[in-house]
Amino acid sequence: MIDRPHPRSAKLFTIDADGRMRHLPRTELAMLFSPGDVVIANDAATLPASLRGRHVASGQPIEVRLAAWVSVRDPTRFVAIAFGAGDHRTRTEHRPPPPLLSPGDHLSLGPLDAAVEHLLDHPRLLALRFIGSREAVLTGLARHGRPIQYAHVREPLALWNVWTRIAADPIAFEPPSAGFALDWRTLAAWRQRGIGFATLAHAAGLSSTGAVALDQRLPFDEPYRLPERTAAAIKRAKLERGRIVAIGTTVVRALESAANADGSVRAGDGVASGRIAHGASLRVVDAILSGVHQPGESHYELLRSFADDAALDRIAAALAEHGYRAHEFGDSVLIERQPRVPRQ
Amino acid sequence: MQTGTDLEKLRVAVTGATSGLGLALVRLLAARAARIAFVARTVSAVERTARETGAHGIVGDVARKDDIYPIALQITGNLGGLDVLINSASSLGPTPLALLADTECEELERAVAVNLLGAFRLTKALFGALAASARDGRGALVINISSDAAINAYPGWGAYGASKAALRHLTAVWAEEAKADGLRFLSMDPGDMDTPLHALAVPDADPSTLKRPEDSAADIIETMLAALPSHPARLVGAHA
Repeated sequence: MIDRPHPRSAKLFTIDADGRMRHLPRTELAMLFSPGDVVIANDAATLPASLRGRHVASGQPIEVRLAAWVSVRDPTRFVAIAFGAGDHRTRTEHRPPPPLLSPGDHLSLGPLDAAVEHLLDHPRLLALRFIGSREAVLTGLARHGRPIQYAHVREPLALWNVWTRIAADPIAFEPPSAGFALDWRTLAAWRQRGIGFATLAHAAGLSSTGAVALDQRLPFDEPYRLPERTAAAIKRAKLERGRIVAIGTTVVRALESAANADGSVRAGDGVASGRIAHGASLRVVDAILSGVHQPGESHYELLRSFADDAALDRIAAALAEHGYRAHEFGDSVLIERQPRVPRQ
Repeated sequence: MQTGTDLEKLRVAVTGATSGLGLALVRLLAARAARIAFVARTVSAVERTARETGAHGIVGDVARKDDIYPIALQITGNLGGLDVLINSASSLGPTPLALLADTECEELERAVAVNLLGAFRLTKALFGALAASARDGRGALVINISSDAAINAYPGWGAYGASKAALRHLTAVWAEEAKADGLRFLSMDPGDMDTPLHALAVPDADPSTLKRPEDSAADIIETMLAALPSHPARLVGAHA
């Protein structure tokens, strides 16, 4: 169990394209990068995606975690993951399964009434429809929903804790946590130093379900919206040999999903599907700022497109030696794409 | 009253919107087809105003920290973003008005919680959405409703005046800090209006000497539009 450290006390590990490593206070982020570089962040706000209640037919307790949109921004229909008794203080992999669910079953979730539309191909995975207007459902979610909690965080998390400083459109199911490294002071410093800043909105999904078979399928398909202005900033930077810095794995997924062969990106709505991993070539992104991730997580797999396993092992050893904190509210790692990782 | 559809792309949130100035703002904005979410404490009043205006009604108390993010989520979720936030919810402090030495600590705290902390917290929670709107070229604006009691020392208006003075200064500092991010912050004094709040403060005032809240609301909307020079709604209006 950890207490969330104050963001201003966080650490930053960097490794540049030449393999040079540095340990910095994260406030130094404001002094990194060069004029002409563009930083791209995910400004999605996070939904209170964890809902507790009971399975009406059996009277058994249930927790539902909204995990993906059926139709983005329609708050009445979701893909969801169900848990039985217990709460977030039990690690998700040890949580009992939900009561036996059948299509048409109702779940009473605080003020919300939800129906199981159909079961997907795993006992925890279902399509859920809330009964009522979009507005009424959004009100119910806002009042009864809680952010998805973490077994390793002692205090209960409120939306105050999981919206990044730049959070705008509430479409993510878990926070785009690399963005906790950003504050308005840093953005102002970048502006003064001629470093570009632009955003996209990517509906970050669940990072872990507690079921190995499900976790191997993560991330689910995630819709994103990439503004024209952001596409234009990337195009300009590419022309002027500026670097594209992605704040977090969701930004990498969205940008690479929107990539054209020449390294430009298509503006508009899209869906990022599948994993980016070892051997995948990056067409847009030159560097990634992320949290400290462990081998096997989908986030870690994505880092393998920035650095080969030998380099990632060196990074992991340096992080362990210096006591970097590996969780959503922990320290940060900036990895510039290593030249040995091929690029198209 | 000016009506039409010239503001149909504008996304506005108004607090304290089931009476007085806030209600007048929602009515005038609704008449021009703006997309509106409004906040107030009383369920029945929120439902009535929502039915009357078609705006999204949100029940919440901006003075309560735990209400802020549910409010922010409903605003951005219903409107798909936010261009203008009008912090109009206000507390007088003690009613009837009291001299400071007769004011209970809790009465001053309530005035500060609504007039200063409520506006600060809601603006902070929505700052990301407003900045996103600014990056989109839509403009972004926060209007905080002030008062001449924020400037002049009127006996009996201590809790209200001190909290509104703090809000006014908060607005001024935030205006400087957020300018480069494309957000504008304005304090606006609507004048002495014939509203329930004014009746609580000065029960024997002659209503005919007071401004009608709809006139103050119309002034505020004009100032709002002038502060959003590149807003698509303005361009639509210019070509209509």
